[in-house]
Amino acid sequence: MTGKQPFEAVVAEHGATVLRVCRAILGPTDADDAWSETFLAALRAYPDLPGDANVEAWLVTIAHRKAIDVTRAAARRAVPVGDAPQRPAAQRADERDLDLQAALVALPRKQREAVAYHYLGGLPYTDVAAVIGGSTDAARRAAADGIARLRKTYAAATVGEGEAR
Amino acid sequence: MTMNDEPEAADMLAALPEVSQADLAALHDRLVARADASDLVDVAYRTIDSPVGPLLLAATPQGLLRVAYDSEDHDRVLATLAERVSPRILNAPRRLDPAARELDEYFAGARRQFDLPLDLSLSRGFRLTVLSHLPDIGYGQTASYGTVAALAGRPRAARAVGTACASNPLPVVVPCHRVIRADGDIGAYLGGPAAKRLLLGLEAAA
Repeated sequence: MTGKQPFEAVVAEHGATVLRVCRAILGPTDADDAWSETFLAALRAYPDLPGDANVEAWLVTIAHRKAIDVTRAAARRAVPVGDAPQRPAAQRADERDLDLQAALVALPRKQREAVAYHYLGGLPYTDVAAVIGGSTDAARRAAADGIARLRKTYAAATVGEGEAR
Repeated sequence: MTMNDEPEAADMLAALPEVSQADLAALHDRLVARADASDLVDVAYRTIDSPVGPLLLAATPQGLLRVAYDSEDHDRVLATLAERVSPRILNAPRRLDPAARELDEYFAGARRQFDLPLDLSLSRGFRLTVLSHLPDIGYGQTASYGTVAALAGRPRAARAVGTACASNPLPVVVPCHRVIRADGDIGAYLGGPAAKRLLLGLEAAA
Protein backbone atom coordinates (compact mmCIF):
# COMPACT_ATOMS: atom_id res chain seq x y z
CA MET A 1 0.00 0.00 0.00
CA THR A 2 1.43 3.36 -1.02
CA GLY A 3 -1.05 5.53 0.84
CA LYS A 4 -0.61 7.61 3.93
CA GLN A 5 -1.19 6.12 7.35
CA PRO A 6 -4.07 7.38 9.50
CA PHE A 7 -3.10 10.54 11.40
CA GLU A 8 -3.73 8.72 14.67
CA ALA A 9 -0.73 6.52 13.86
CA VAL A 10 1.40 9.63 13.27
CA VAL A 11 0.48 10.94 16.74
CA ALA A 12 1.19 7.53 18.31
CA GLU A 13 4.54 7.20 16.57
CA HIS A 14 5.90 10.74 16.94
CA GLY A 15 3.96 12.29 19.84
CA ALA A 16 6.59 11.55 22.48
CA THR A 17 9.50 12.76 20.33
CA VAL A 18 7.77 16.04 19.50
CA LEU A 19 6.96 16.57 23.19
CA ARG A 20 10.62 16.00 24.15
CA VAL A 21 11.68 18.52 21.52
CA CYS A 22 9.11 21.09 22.66
CA ARG A 23 10.14 20.67 26.30
CA ALA A 24 13.78 21.16 25.39
CA ILE A 25 13.03 24.37 23.53
CA LEU A 26 10.37 25.88 25.80
CA GLY A 27 10.43 24.10 29.16
CA PRO A 28 7.66 21.83 30.44
CA THR A 29 4.77 24.31 30.77
CA ASP A 30 4.75 26.02 27.38
CA ALA A 31 5.72 22.75 25.69
CA ASP A 32 2.14 21.48 25.90
CA ASP A 33 0.85 24.48 23.94
CA ALA A 34 3.51 24.08 21.28
CA TRP A 35 2.76 20.34 21.01
CA SER A 36 -0.96 20.99 20.54
CA GLU A 37 -0.39 23.71 17.96
CA THR A 38 2.09 21.49 16.11
CA PHE A 39 -0.23 18.51 15.77
CA LEU A 40 -3.25 20.64 14.96
CA ALA A 41 -1.33 22.35 12.14
CA ALA A 42 0.04 18.99 11.02
CA LEU A 43 -3.46 17.49 10.91
CA ARG A 44 -4.63 20.40 8.80
CA ALA A 45 -1.81 20.02 6.28
CA TYR A 46 -1.54 16.21 6.39
CA PRO A 47 -3.59 15.39 3.26
CA ASP A 48 -1.20 17.53 1.18
CA LEU A 49 2.00 16.02 2.59
CA PRO A 50 3.79 13.98 -0.12
CA GLY A 51 3.53 10.25 0.55
CA ASP A 52 7.32 9.79 0.68
CA ALA A 53 7.98 12.73 3.02
CA ASN A 54 10.04 12.31 6.20
CA VAL A 55 7.21 12.73 8.71
CA GLU A 56 9.46 13.28 11.71
CA ALA A 57 11.46 16.05 10.02
CA TRP A 58 8.18 17.61 8.88
CA LEU A 59 6.79 17.58 12.43
CA VAL A 60 10.00 19.02 13.92
CA THR A 61 9.88 21.81 11.34
CA ILE A 62 6.32 22.66 12.36
CA ALA A 63 7.23 22.41 16.06
CA HIS A 64 10.12 24.83 15.46
CA ARG A 65 7.72 27.44 14.05
CA LYS A 66 5.11 26.85 16.74
CA ALA A 67 7.74 27.16 19.48
CA ILE A 68 8.66 30.58 18.07
CA ASP A 69 4.96 31.59 18.10
CA VAL A 70 4.54 30.39 21.69
CA THR A 71 7.67 32.29 22.78
CA ARG A 72 6.38 35.49 21.15
CA ALA A 73 2.94 35.10 22.70
CA ALA A 74 4.52 34.50 26.11
CA ALA A 75 6.67 37.61 25.70
CA ARG A 76 3.58 39.69 24.84
CA ARG A 77 1.68 38.63 27.94
CA ALA A 78 4.76 38.73 30.17
CA VAL A 79 3.48 41.50 32.42
CA PRO A 80 4.83 41.16 35.95
CA VAL A 81 1.67 39.83 37.56
CA GLY A 82 2.53 36.78 39.69
CA ASP A 83 2.39 34.42 36.73
CA ALA A 84 2.36 30.68 37.34
CA PRO A 85 5.83 29.34 38.02
CA GLN A 86 7.52 27.60 35.11
CA ARG A 87 8.25 24.40 37.09
CA PRO A 88 5.20 23.33 39.07
CA ALA A 89 6.01 19.65 38.68
CA ALA A 90 9.24 19.65 40.66
CA GLN A 91 8.09 16.72 42.75
CA ARG A 92 7.29 14.70 39.62
CA ALA A 93 10.81 13.82 38.59
CA ASP A 94 13.95 13.79 40.60
CA GLU A 95 15.67 17.15 40.81
CA ARG A 96 18.75 16.05 38.93
CA ASP A 97 16.68 15.50 35.79
CA LEU A 98 14.91 18.80 36.13
CA ASP A 99 18.28 20.50 36.44
CA LEU A 100 19.29 19.03 33.11
CA GLN A 101 15.99 20.25 31.68
CA ALA A 102 16.63 23.72 33.12
CA ALA A 103 20.20 23.74 31.79
CA LEU A 104 18.91 22.79 28.35
CA VAL A 105 16.28 25.53 28.29
CA ALA A 106 18.96 28.00 29.45
CA LEU A 107 21.17 27.37 26.39
CA PRO A 108 21.36 30.08 23.71
CA ARG A 109 18.50 29.56 21.26
CA LYS A 110 20.50 28.24 18.27
CA GLN A 111 22.44 25.78 20.42
CA ARG A 112 19.27 24.60 22.15
CA GLU A 113 17.52 24.10 18.81
CA ALA A 114 20.46 22.25 17.28
CA VAL A 115 20.74 19.95 20.32
CA ALA A 116 16.97 19.34 20.48
CA TYR A 117 16.41 18.69 16.78
CA HIS A 118 19.48 16.49 16.33
CA TYR A 119 19.62 14.52 19.59
CA LEU A 120 15.95 14.45 20.60
CA GLY A 121 14.26 14.87 17.21
CA GLY A 122 16.66 12.52 15.46
CA LEU A 123 17.29 14.82 12.48
CA PRO A 124 20.62 14.65 10.64
CA TYR A 125 22.50 17.98 10.64
CA THR A 126 21.54 18.74 7.04
CA ASP A 127 17.88 18.70 8.12
CA VAL A 128 18.66 20.64 11.32
CA ALA A 129 20.31 23.32 9.17
CA ALA A 130 17.26 23.47 6.91
CA VAL A 131 15.03 24.07 9.93
CA ILE A 132 17.10 26.63 11.85
CA GLY A 133 18.88 28.24 8.90
CA GLY A 134 22.61 28.42 8.15
CA SER A 135 24.97 25.72 6.97
CA THR A 136 25.17 22.08 7.99
CA ASP A 137 28.56 22.77 9.58
CA ALA A 138 27.14 25.66 11.57
CA ALA A 139 24.33 23.41 12.83
CA ARG A 140 26.84 20.75 13.85
CA ARG A 141 28.98 23.35 15.64
CA ALA A 142 25.96 24.79 17.45
CA ALA A 143 25.00 21.33 18.71
CA ALA A 144 28.58 20.59 19.80
CA ASP A 145 28.83 23.94 21.59
CA GLY A 146 25.47 23.33 23.23
CA ILE A 147 26.48 19.88 24.45
CA ALA A 148 29.80 21.22 25.80
CA ARG A 149 28.05 24.00 27.64
CA LEU A 150 25.37 21.65 28.93
CA ARG A 151 28.03 19.29 30.24
CA LYS A 152 29.64 22.19 32.09
CA THR A 153 26.49 23.76 33.61
CA TYR A 154 24.75 20.46 34.30
CA ALA A 155 27.83 19.00 35.98
CA ALA A 156 28.29 22.22 37.99
CA ALA A 157 24.63 22.18 39.06
CA THR A 158 24.71 18.56 40.25
CA VAL A 159 28.05 19.03 42.05
CA GLY A 160 26.79 22.23 43.66
CA GLU A 161 23.68 20.46 44.85
CA GLY A 162 25.67 17.60 46.31
CA GLU A 163 27.83 20.01 48.28
CA ALA A 164 24.86 21.95 49.58
CA ARG A 165 23.49 18.91 51.34
CA MET B 1 35.23 17.08 17.27
CA THR B 2 35.64 13.40 18.10
CA MET B 3 33.53 10.58 16.77
CA ASN B 4 32.52 9.31 20.19
CA ASP B 5 31.19 12.69 21.24
CA GLU B 6 27.68 11.82 20.06
CA PRO B 7 26.92 8.70 22.11
CA GLU B 8 28.14 10.51 25.25
CA ALA B 9 25.89 13.44 24.52
CA ALA B 10 22.96 11.11 23.87
CA ASP B 11 23.66 9.36 27.19
CA MET B 12 23.61 12.65 29.05
CA LEU B 13 20.33 13.68 27.40
CA ALA B 14 18.78 10.32 28.26
CA ALA B 15 18.62 11.66 31.83
CA LEU B 16 15.92 14.16 30.77
CA PRO B 17 12.53 13.58 32.43
CA GLU B 18 10.52 10.80 30.77
CA VAL B 19 7.51 11.62 28.65
CA SER B 20 4.73 9.74 30.45
CA GLN B 21 1.80 7.97 28.82
CA ALA B 22 -0.52 10.08 30.98
CA ASP B 23 0.99 13.31 29.57
CA LEU B 24 0.54 12.03 26.03
CA ALA B 25 -3.01 10.83 26.70
CA ALA B 26 -3.98 14.27 28.04
CA LEU B 27 -2.42 15.98 25.01
CA HIS B 28 -4.19 13.55 22.69
CA ASP B 29 -7.57 14.38 24.27
CA ARG B 30 -6.89 18.07 23.88
CA LEU B 31 -5.87 17.60 20.25
CA VAL B 32 -9.05 15.65 19.51
CA ALA B 33 -11.24 18.34 21.10
CA ARG B 34 -9.55 21.15 19.19
CA ALA B 35 -9.47 19.22 15.90
CA ASP B 36 -13.16 18.44 16.28
CA ALA B 37 -13.98 22.09 16.96
CA SER B 38 -12.07 23.05 13.79
CA ASP B 39 -13.83 20.37 11.68
CA LEU B 40 -10.52 18.62 11.03
CA VAL B 41 -11.54 15.08 12.01
CA ASP B 42 -12.71 13.59 8.71
CA VAL B 43 -12.99 10.11 10.22
CA ALA B 44 -13.46 9.51 13.96
CA TYR B 45 -13.20 6.01 15.38
CA ARG B 46 -13.31 3.91 18.50
CA THR B 47 -13.64 0.22 19.35
CA ILE B 48 -16.27 -1.44 21.51
CA ASP B 49 -16.51 -4.88 23.07
CA SER B 50 -19.43 -7.01 21.98
CA PRO B 51 -20.62 -10.62 22.10
CA VAL B 52 -19.20 -11.02 18.58
CA GLY B 53 -15.78 -9.69 19.62
CA PRO B 54 -14.24 -6.22 19.46
CA LEU B 55 -15.90 -4.03 16.84
CA LEU B 56 -14.31 -1.02 15.19
CA LEU B 57 -16.73 1.88 14.66
CA ALA B 58 -15.80 4.74 12.34
CA ALA B 59 -17.84 7.80 11.39
CA THR B 60 -17.57 10.85 9.18
CA PRO B 61 -19.47 14.03 10.06
CA GLN B 62 -22.24 12.61 7.79
CA GLY B 63 -22.75 9.47 9.82
CA LEU B 64 -21.58 5.98 10.66
CA LEU B 65 -19.20 4.90 7.90
CA ARG B 66 -17.80 1.55 8.96
CA VAL B 67 -18.31 -1.27 11.43
CA ALA B 68 -15.52 -3.86 11.32
CA TYR B 69 -15.02 -7.24 12.91
CA ASP B 70 -11.73 -8.11 14.57
CA SER B 71 -11.08 -10.66 11.82
CA GLU B 72 -10.98 -7.83 9.28
CA ASP B 73 -7.89 -6.39 11.10
CA HIS B 74 -8.78 -2.97 12.46
CA ASP B 75 -5.44 -1.42 11.53
CA ARG B 76 -5.90 -2.52 7.95
CA VAL B 77 -9.44 -1.21 7.89
CA LEU B 78 -8.23 2.19 9.12
CA ALA B 79 -5.42 2.20 6.55
CA THR B 80 -8.00 1.57 3.83
CA LEU B 81 -10.20 4.39 5.13
CA ALA B 82 -7.13 6.68 5.10
CA GLU B 83 -6.75 5.93 1.40
CA ARG B 84 -10.35 5.91 0.31
CA VAL B 85 -11.85 8.64 2.51
CA SER B 86 -9.21 10.80 4.21
CA PRO B 87 -6.03 10.32 6.25
CA ARG B 88 -7.37 12.81 8.81
CA ILE B 89 -8.36 9.96 11.09
CA LEU B 90 -8.32 10.19 14.88
CA ASN B 91 -9.33 7.98 17.76
CA ALA B 92 -12.13 10.35 18.79
CA PRO B 93 -14.69 8.28 20.72
CA ARG B 94 -17.28 10.98 21.34
CA ARG B 95 -18.66 11.04 17.79
CA LEU B 96 -19.30 7.30 18.13
CA ASP B 97 -21.17 7.53 21.43
CA PRO B 98 -24.66 7.20 19.89
CA ALA B 99 -23.61 4.22 17.75
CA ALA B 100 -21.90 2.53 20.71
CA ARG B 101 -25.01 3.04 22.84
CA GLU B 102 -27.39 1.65 20.21
CA LEU B 103 -25.16 -1.37 19.60
CA ASP B 104 -25.01 -2.07 23.33
CA GLU B 105 -28.81 -1.94 23.43
CA TYR B 106 -29.03 -4.21 20.41
CA PHE B 107 -26.72 -6.82 21.91
CA ALA B 108 -28.71 -6.65 25.16
CA GLY B 109 -31.85 -7.51 23.16
CA ALA B 110 -33.33 -4.10 23.95
CA ARG B 111 -33.19 -2.58 20.46
CA ARG B 112 -34.72 -3.87 17.23
CA GLN B 113 -33.83 -1.06 14.87
CA PHE B 114 -30.91 1.30 14.53
CA ASP B 115 -31.69 4.95 14.43
CA LEU B 116 -28.34 6.38 13.30
CA PRO B 117 -27.29 8.60 10.41
CA LEU B 118 -25.28 6.44 8.00
CA ASP B 119 -22.57 7.40 5.55
CA LEU B 120 -22.90 4.86 2.72
CA SER B 121 -20.21 6.46 0.56
CA LEU B 122 -18.03 3.31 0.66
CA SER B 123 -20.59 1.44 -1.45
CA ARG B 124 -21.69 2.11 -5.01
CA GLY B 125 -23.97 0.79 -7.71
CA PHE B 126 -25.87 -2.44 -7.19
CA ARG B 127 -24.09 -3.09 -3.87
CA LEU B 128 -25.47 0.18 -2.55
CA THR B 129 -28.94 -0.76 -3.80
CA VAL B 130 -28.71 -4.10 -2.00
CA LEU B 131 -27.56 -2.48 1.25
CA SER B 132 -30.39 0.02 1.14
CA HIS B 133 -32.90 -2.87 0.95
CA LEU B 134 -31.45 -4.97 3.78
CA PRO B 135 -33.28 -3.04 6.52
CA ASP B 136 -36.52 -4.20 4.80
CA ILE B 137 -35.84 -7.60 6.37
CA GLY B 138 -37.26 -7.08 9.84
CA TYR B 139 -35.65 -7.93 13.17
CA GLY B 140 -35.78 -11.67 13.81
CA GLN B 141 -36.62 -12.42 10.14
CA THR B 142 -34.45 -13.88 7.41
CA ALA B 143 -34.56 -13.68 3.62
CA SER B 144 -32.78 -15.63 0.90
CA TYR B 145 -30.20 -14.10 -1.42
CA GLY B 146 -32.73 -14.50 -4.24
CA THR B 147 -35.44 -12.67 -2.33
CA VAL B 148 -33.11 -9.75 -1.66
CA ALA B 149 -32.11 -9.76 -5.34
CA ALA B 150 -35.79 -9.39 -6.21
CA LEU B 151 -36.21 -6.60 -3.65
CA ALA B 152 -33.24 -4.83 -5.22
CA GLY B 153 -34.87 -5.09 -8.66
CA ARG B 154 -32.62 -7.78 -10.16
CA PRO B 155 -34.25 -11.12 -9.33
CA ARG B 156 -31.54 -13.17 -11.02
CA ALA B 157 -28.65 -11.47 -9.23
CA ALA B 158 -28.58 -13.66 -6.10
CA ARG B 159 -24.83 -14.13 -6.46
CA ALA B 160 -24.24 -10.37 -6.67
CA VAL B 161 -26.31 -10.01 -3.49
CA GLY B 162 -23.87 -12.42 -1.83
CA THR B 163 -20.98 -10.23 -2.95
CA ALA B 164 -22.74 -7.11 -1.69
CA CYS B 165 -23.30 -8.72 1.71
CA ALA B 166 -19.68 -9.92 1.89
CA SER B 167 -18.49 -6.36 1.33
CA ASN B 168 -21.04 -4.66 3.60
CA PRO B 169 -19.12 -1.81 5.28
CA LEU B 170 -21.70 -1.65 8.11
CA PRO B 171 -22.34 -5.20 9.34
CA VAL B 172 -24.76 -5.64 12.27
CA VAL B 173 -26.21 -2.14 11.70
CA VAL B 174 -27.10 -2.89 8.08
CA PRO B 175 -28.41 -6.42 8.67
CA CYS B 176 -26.71 -8.58 6.06
CA HIS B 177 -26.70 -11.35 8.70
CA ARG B 178 -30.43 -11.80 7.98
CA VAL B 179 -29.68 -12.99 4.44
CA ILE B 180 -29.34 -16.78 4.29
CA ARG B 181 -29.41 -19.47 1.62
CA ALA B 182 -32.69 -20.57 0.03
CA ASP B 183 -32.21 -24.12 1.40
CA GLY B 184 -32.13 -22.74 4.94
CA ASP B 185 -28.37 -23.07 5.35
CA ILE B 186 -26.97 -20.08 7.21
CA GLY B 187 -24.54 -19.25 4.40
CA ALA B 188 -21.36 -17.23 4.55
CA TYR B 189 -20.76 -14.13 6.69
CA LEU B 190 -18.00 -11.55 6.73
CA GLY B 191 -17.73 -11.89 10.52
CA GLY B 192 -17.64 -15.68 10.31
CA PRO B 193 -20.56 -18.17 10.58
CA ALA B 194 -20.39 -18.24 14.41
CA ALA B 195 -21.09 -14.51 14.60
CA LYS B 196 -23.96 -14.85 12.12
CA ARG B 197 -25.49 -17.68 14.17
CA LEU B 198 -25.12 -15.61 17.35
CA LEU B 199 -26.87 -12.57 15.84
CA LEU B 200 -29.73 -14.64 14.42
CA GLY B 201 -30.08 -16.48 17.74
CA LEU B 202 -30.12 -13.19 19.64
CA GLU B 203 -32.86 -11.80 17.41
CA ALA B 204 -34.92 -15.01 17.57
CA ALA B 205 -34.77 -15.02 21.37
CA ALA B 206 -35.58 -11.37 22.03
